[in-house]
Amino acid sequence: MKIELRYFASVRETLGLSQETVDLPEGIVTVGDLRAWLRERGGGWADALAEGRALRMACNHAMTDATVRLTDGCEVAFFPPVTGG
Amino acid sequence: MTVRVQTADFDVSDELAALRACNSKVGAVACFVGTVRDLNEGSNVAAMELEHYPGMTEKALEAIVDEARKRWPGSDVLIVHRVGKLYPMDQIVLAATTAAHRHEAFAACEFVMDYLKTQAPFWKKETTEAGERWVDARVSDDEALARWGLDANNAR
Repeated sequence: MKIELRYFASVRETLGLSQETVDLPEGIVTVGDLRAWLRERGGGWADALAEGRALRMACNHAMTDATVRLTDGCEVAFFPPVTGG
Repeated sequence: MTVRVQTADFDVSDELAALRACNSKVGAVACFVGTVRDLNEGSNVAAMELEHYPGMTEKALEAIVDEARKRWPGSDVLIVHRVGKLYPMDQIVLAATTAAHRHEAFAACEFVMDYLKTQAPFWKKETTEAGERWVDARVSDDEALARWGLDANNAR
């Protein structure tokens, strides 16, 4: 299953990447699984996506939590708490 | 259009006139304008860069407008939010609401801003004399949304 990833603000800066397409291995089913899988890249990935870090996630342009299931072609975004207004 | 994300500045008078145009049921117009301060958390702010998530940000703002119109039937809502490089005293955001009476217009306007602060994907980065820094989300903004019976889950 292929999905699109987007990164914003401080997360984008830490990773040095704003977007990518990834081919998921078997067993990566939810947004939480994806976050843990990306952490395995180490370095900035382990840091920016660490459990317990204030991080928000969106799936197909809607705020989401770790339990939401990934679908083929979906767009998942990771970003820090929002600070508009 | 009830929501706009733009780099350009906006004219509050023009926006309010357009919002209530041709609607004789409107008896009250409330608006909030957020502006860039030159001081934040004890540092002088020389500039601010606003980032957003094209596509999702507009969708989030539309959801806020829908929710406000559901809570205050008959109200119209406008949100204009700027992105890009801004400087002290610049306008950042306009939230404007109409209603038959002032209490509804004020309440809807406050609701829109409380919702936007914690649910619309925008991020502020300040330039201070010590360099650039991302603005931290505030727990008080989460608490402000809780007053309306909604969980923000933003600043933690």
